[in-house]
Amino acid sequence: MTEQTSIPSGDNRELKESVSDRKISWLERVLGPENYRIIKGLFKTPASIVGFILILTFILVAVFAPLIAPPVGKDPYKIPRDGFGGEPKAPGSPWKRNVPEIPFWYKTLTGKDEWVHLLGTAQGQYDIFYGIIWGTRTAFKTGLFVVVVTVAIGVIIGSVAAYYGGWIDNFLMRVVDIFMTLPYIMMALILSAVLTPLWGRSLMPPLIAMITFGWMGYARIIRSDILSIKNRDFVMAAKVSGVKNSRTLFKHIMPNAIFPTLVLASLGIGDVVLSFAALSFLGIGTEVGYADWGQVLSFSRNWITSLDKYWYIVVYPGIVLTLFVMGWNLVGDAMRDVLDPRMRGKS
Amino acid sequence: MPHDLLNVQNLETRFKTPEGTVHAVNGVSFKLNEGETLGVVGESGCGKSVTMLSLLKLIPQPPGEIVAGKALFKGDDLIAMSPEEMRHVRGGQIAMVFQDPMTSLNPVMTIGKQMEEPLKLHLGFTPAQARTRSIELLEQVGIPRAGERLKDYPHQYSGGMRQRVMIAMALACAPQILIADEPTTALDVTIQAQIVDLVIRLREELGMAIVWITHDLGVVASIAQRVAVMYGGFIIEEAPVKELFRNPRHPYTIGLIGSLPQIEQEGRKRLFSIDGMPPMLYQKPRSCPFSPRCHWVKERCRVENPLLEDIGNEHRVACWVDTSTGSERA
Repeated sequence: MTEQTSIPSGDNRELKESVSDRKISWLERVLGPENYRIIKGLFKTPASIVGFILILTFILVAVFAPLIAPPVGKDPYKIPRDGFGGEPKAPGSPWKRNVPEIPFWYKTLTGKDEWVHLLGTAQGQYDIFYGIIWGTRTAFKTGLFVVVVTVAIGVIIGSVAAYYGGWIDNFLMRVVDIFMTLPYIMMALILSAVLTPLWGRSLMPPLIAMITFGWMGYARIIRSDILSIKNRDFVMAAKVSGVKNSRTLFKHIMPNAIFPTLVLASLGIGDVVLSFAALSFLGIGTEVGYADWGQVLSFSRNWITSLDKYWYIVVYPGIVLTLFVMGWNLVGDAMRDVLDPRMRGKS
Repeated sequence: MPHDLLNVQNLETRFKTPEGTVHAVNGVSFKLNEGETLGVVGESGCGKSVTMLSLLKLIPQPPGEIVAGKALFKGDDLIAMSPEEMRHVRGGQIAMVFQDPMTSLNPVMTIGKQMEEPLKLHLGFTPAQARTRSIELLEQVGIPRAGERLKDYPHQYSGGMRQRVMIAMALACAPQILIADEPTTALDVTIQAQIVDLVIRLREELGMAIVWITHDLGVVASIAQRVAVMYGGFIIEEAPVKELFRNPRHPYTIGLIGSLPQIEQEGRKRLFSIDGMPPMLYQKPRSCPFSPRCHWVKERCRVENPLLEDIGNEHRVACWVDTSTGSERA
């Protein structure tokens, strides 16, 4: 009986050769295989390349803002004004009062000796070009700040809920549900309208309002990912080998669960900037004349019936806003493809 | 005279589910001597894995609950231990290998990092020592170019290699007991044989005791010294491996062995199969749990649950019927 059912024994030393036997390029040798894989993955599809070029361009604009548009006066974020006239001026019209210093690139690129309003002016003679260049810095500040804080809040609440479970989970998730029933822009508008008289007009009221009503998505997604990872065999295997609970959570569960949240976060930057612009457009947040795309857009409010003539107030900041959001969306997609461990080895 | 390394007494584990309480393990007792290999066989859902997970207190609580019993490991009761004490036993003194090597390794950690973890944890190794030891261990389980392969991620290993890694990790801290929960079930037959050979070789080198859970009687025959057959949350028969195969006494064991295909068999005969399904265990069985499927069933089987009884030759069986004669036992 035993002879018939016993398994034929083979030589157990003969194993397949490693799958990683392949030619190694010089770049890979310099960067190491893991970094090389990420870099290569990020620059593989045309969409991701476009996304990175867009974001990179915005970063350069933000970093070199003082060179591109030399600041006028003490506060560089204050858009310089050419007088106080009500009617917007078209792109290319000459700059008369309050003329900024001419930057190095100006003459070679335009062939002119005098500043003109490159992209026109808005109501109150605010220069649109300055608003866009310095508004890039505002966009990065608001986007990154809100996303980092909301992700932190979401991850803490979501992982506590998933890890402890029971009534804690129930309670936290009901809080999430309640917050989710509130209309986002409406609530952010109300809260920042309440905060503005308390703190004065600045970036903070809309940022705090957006954080307060923007963390629930991250909490939900990290919770569900932790719940699904928590019961995997390798977590059990870690417990069997005597690993502490905290280490199990941070070393074994988190790295497997965090990627969907990070992808969502990179997509979220675009959304935040968009919502911030919406709040600005509605007149909430920074003082009038602060360099911010939403603010520039809001200057078009009174001219909205004659946009055939004053199109430049809407079109230029609109294009910039669209490209910024699109850039982050494309980068977010590319990051998902590369960083998600489940996508590894599939390329 | 080897003394008991592990002595499990009357272990009972239940799960509370929305449909009712599931009585998964109903008073299991067994002993494991130093250096001995015990095979635990039985069909799916008979309580094999739950018994072993209960010993290590790895049953999710709730819904699971260990309601009774002791598990004396070198005289200390595992069931009564605090989580902190338990953490030192797990991995350090009792290690476990799971069924599916494809999901038992963390996909985002390199093999090296995962192997070094228990070494640093239980033996206080420095990173350099842990690395050296990991390479030794990988070589010991037959992974070529171990030094390079430490940097690889699990998806770069084949199934058989991953199971080797799991075994290497389990053996990293030289445990006294290795619990192997169907370690060959997810592998194809040639790899199964390699893993069984590997464990036999490592047992000779390291001398640990093994509990090998499986539903493959062939594997049990080649590796175990003693076999316990489980059914419905009970051990229903226990004997040295040769005795069990030569002289199975419980109707369920007879059925199991009879359902194996035999190479020498002439003609085309249908394989024997045991009719029916294993019991659902929503109540603790008061009668013999196998009685609804049993050919020898007697009136007494339906009202009273038999206990394990010694019938000589270190052979214990829980059945009211003496299957060698077909008559009721006295």
